[in-house]
Amino acid sequence: MVTNTHADVQVSDLNFFYGAVQALHGITIDIPEKQVTALIGPSGCGKSTFLRTLNRMNDIIVGTRAEGRVLVRGANIYAPGTDVAALRRRVGMVFQKSNPFPKSIFDNVAYGPRLFGVRGRNELTEIVEKSLVRAGLWAEVKDRLPASAMALSGGQQQRLCIARALAVGPEILLMDEPASALDPRSTAHIEDLIGELRENYTIVIVTHNMQQAARVSDITAFFYEGHIIETGPTQTMFTTPTQKQTEDYITGRFG
Amino acid sequence: MNKRNLLDNLGLWTFRIIAYSVVGAVAYILLDIVVKGAPSIHWDFLSSPPRKSGAAGGIFPAILGTVYLTSGAMLVAFPLGMASAIYLSEYARQGRFTRAIRLAIITLSGVPSIVFGLFGLGLFVLFFGFGASILSGCLTLACMILPTIIVASEEALRAVPQYLREGSLALGAGPWQTIRKNVLPYAIPGMVTGSILGIGRAAGETAPILLTAAAFYLPRLPKSALDPCMALPYHLYVLATQHPSADQVRPMQYGTAFTLVAIVLFFNVGAILLRAHFRKKYQW
Amino acid sequence: MGLEPDAKVEEAGGEHPPALRATPFEGGLVGALRAIPFAGGYFRIAGASERGARLFFAACASTSMLIVLLIFLFLFKEAVPFVSKPGLSDLAGTRWVPVSFQHELFGILPLVLGSLLVTLLASVLAIPFGVGAAIYIAELARPAEREFLKPCIEMLAAIPSVVLGFFGLVVLAPLVKAVFHLSTGLTALSGAILLALMAAPTIISIAEDAIRSVPRSYREASLAMGATHMQTVWKVTTPAALSGIVAAVMLGMGRVVGETMAVLMVTGNAAMMTLSPFDSVRTMTATIAAEMGEVTFGSTHYQALFWVGITLLFATFILNMVAQRVLRKYQRS
Repeated sequence: MVTNTHADVQVSDLNFFYGAVQALHGITIDIPEKQVTALIGPSGCGKSTFLRTLNRMNDIIVGTRAEGRVLVRGANIYAPGTDVAALRRRVGMVFQKSNPFPKSIFDNVAYGPRLFGVRGRNELTEIVEKSLVRAGLWAEVKDRLPASAMALSGGQQQRLCIARALAVGPEILLMDEPASALDPRSTAHIEDLIGELRENYTIVIVTHNMQQAARVSDITAFFYEGHIIETGPTQTMFTTPTQKQTEDYITGRFG
Repeated sequence: MNKRNLLDNLGLWTFRIIAYSVVGAVAYILLDIVVKGAPSIHWDFLSSPPRKSGAAGGIFPAILGTVYLTSGAMLVAFPLGMASAIYLSEYARQGRFTRAIRLAIITLSGVPSIVFGLFGLGLFVLFFGFGASILSGCLTLACMILPTIIVASEEALRAVPQYLREGSLALGAGPWQTIRKNVLPYAIPGMVTGSILGIGRAAGETAPILLTAAAFYLPRLPKSALDPCMALPYHLYVLATQHPSADQVRPMQYGTAFTLVAIVLFFNVGAILLRAHFRKKYQW
Repeated sequence: MGLEPDAKVEEAGGEHPPALRATPFEGGLVGALRAIPFAGGYFRIAGASERGARLFFAACASTSMLIVLLIFLFLFKEAVPFVSKPGLSDLAGTRWVPVSFQHELFGILPLVLGSLLVTLLASVLAIPFGVGAAIYIAELARPAEREFLKPCIEMLAAIPSVVLGFFGLVVLAPLVKAVFHLSTGLTALSGAILLALMAAPTIISIAEDAIRSVPRSYREASLAMGATHMQTVWKVTTPAALSGIVAAVMLGMGRVVGETMAVLMVTGNAAMMTLSPFDSVRTMTATIAAEMGEVTFGSTHYQALFWVGITLLFATFILNMVAQRVLRKYQRS
């Protein structure tokens, strides 16, 4: 199932600090293009922190510091002079708790494009529709685009957030436990969506749900106390892990 | 067990009486002003200038002066205070610069109003040569209410949930784009209502304008910002303490006090009601 | 392309393939999504306006510092000639006779004493009422009661000081005169009562915050040991909030020291050395307000009034700083 295409994101020897506390130790991993990479591990292991280093969202937390290299398509995103806004446009993010803006459905999706100077109504409408279609939400909301996004159900809100992220045309999508607050049906919906998005986007997903990782991902990385213990094709990881700790975690013996 | 109950009840009632006696004092003062002031209020009183050095006529120039001074002060302090709050809430990182700003704001909020008067006299009236004028008064009052507006605005900004900022930044928006499009729209109501409390303070303050702007009696209305003006609180002060027959002009004094209290409470109650309204609207 | 941000990128050029700069990226995207004009022009403009915005807001925030500096600067600027003639030591005198045909005296001690006396008297009145009301509102009142009490207290804070002074002059002073059989009601006591009313809202709101921020677990531990609600309030909650309450009282006192109009109108304004609440006194604030209107700008009297202002400024500044330190300490713990 896994064919080794070239790496979209190459992380080498990444250390990350919250003040004096080191949260990530020497992370080295290649994230392949147009595949789903799942990050698993017990809570507090650094998987979410790592995810947020990939679009530098940790920058907004006071007192954080990153050392090492993160190459996105060959460019080190921690090099001085990097345009962080441009980076975040290429590396989209979906949060654990769906965070629609208190605006209309249309304005939520159009928020990003408008930032980048898209003004024409027709153009915006086209982008909004395409994004909602891709996020699998179009059929449900096409008749009520001017309605408030806050009125949508939890699962719909999360897909709206995905549509919003797609609307700025990212290459990479980061998902931080996107289904953890959703009911099983909405979760299934999101998982199907990830399967489809995989055709066009490189996806990195953090999940605490082992079955979910097994279902949706091509590659799995196991985090433990700020280190990557093991990385490999998901099937191999779940059937024949090489590390004892990985096996213990996967079989539910700790965590 | 009974003795314990008795002691408990005694304590409860002591605290209750203390709390309600403060409320009682407020009610008594307001009632006194309203009951004795309301009869003086009629159209003529509000719309005509004083005659016989305040013993007759109305208080129109004083009302107008207070409106000028207050709105001028807000015009300066509102934008400045809101922008300062945006910096402190959205941009500032811990460091010496931020600490110095916060120290300055705390210091400003503790400076006595009469000292603001001296400062306004030294800087605006004399050094800049604005003279005793509406302009000097506005600028002095603006400095005085600046900390109130900054603190209220910062609180409103911090009430906007962090995920709105994160969501916007994650789409590639810059900090200012994020603030403008996804923070300010939800914070502005709170910033404005909080700042309205500053209006009340500016309208009621006497000591600073005593030294920078106010005149007891002017034969004509001010024509420019460089003219001095009358003001309600100063008018009340002079009528009550400097008037040769202060006892006989009691109705005028109460009428002035009532008008001033009405203006100040209008803004305060308005702000409190607006705040309640917006709290209901934006429940995060 | 000669703009500043580009130069920066060029420097780090080795690590920056074109992808992160101006060219549209090649994602597997449909036409519409690609149509968004990327980086090129837009980001540079955005970058400039972002930096501009940050600078603008920082500059606005700095004005507070500027104002504080200017306050100190201009108070001293107007006051400083006094140092060479008649000399600072004159300020330490016990008589304030600024207008005289023979010899003018600028001893500010009676004014300092007047402020001190009124402030202490006001605190004696305001502390039990302010702290008591704060305890009641924070711990004992039902929610509906609290919703009623808090706006009432806010209302008290909103009443202009000149109106309180007026009320003191026409209602309170005659009352004080009658009750204590005095020749005049315009005394330190009348002023202190008004000032206590003005300090109360400050004390109540800050002390209430302090009491409410006592961890719930303290209360629960006390109640679990069989203490009654009132015992818990008295023996656990209030002591735990003590430093916050102290800070509240100090901030209230800061307000009292600096208050002008009410004391000007009701304390009688006799500049004398007294410690009796039934005497007339003259505070520092009232002196400035009453005399500044009549002095010649630049005269010795004028400069002396600025020295009074400086004294006042430092007194409130120190009170405030100490109170803030106490507040921060309890907020940290």
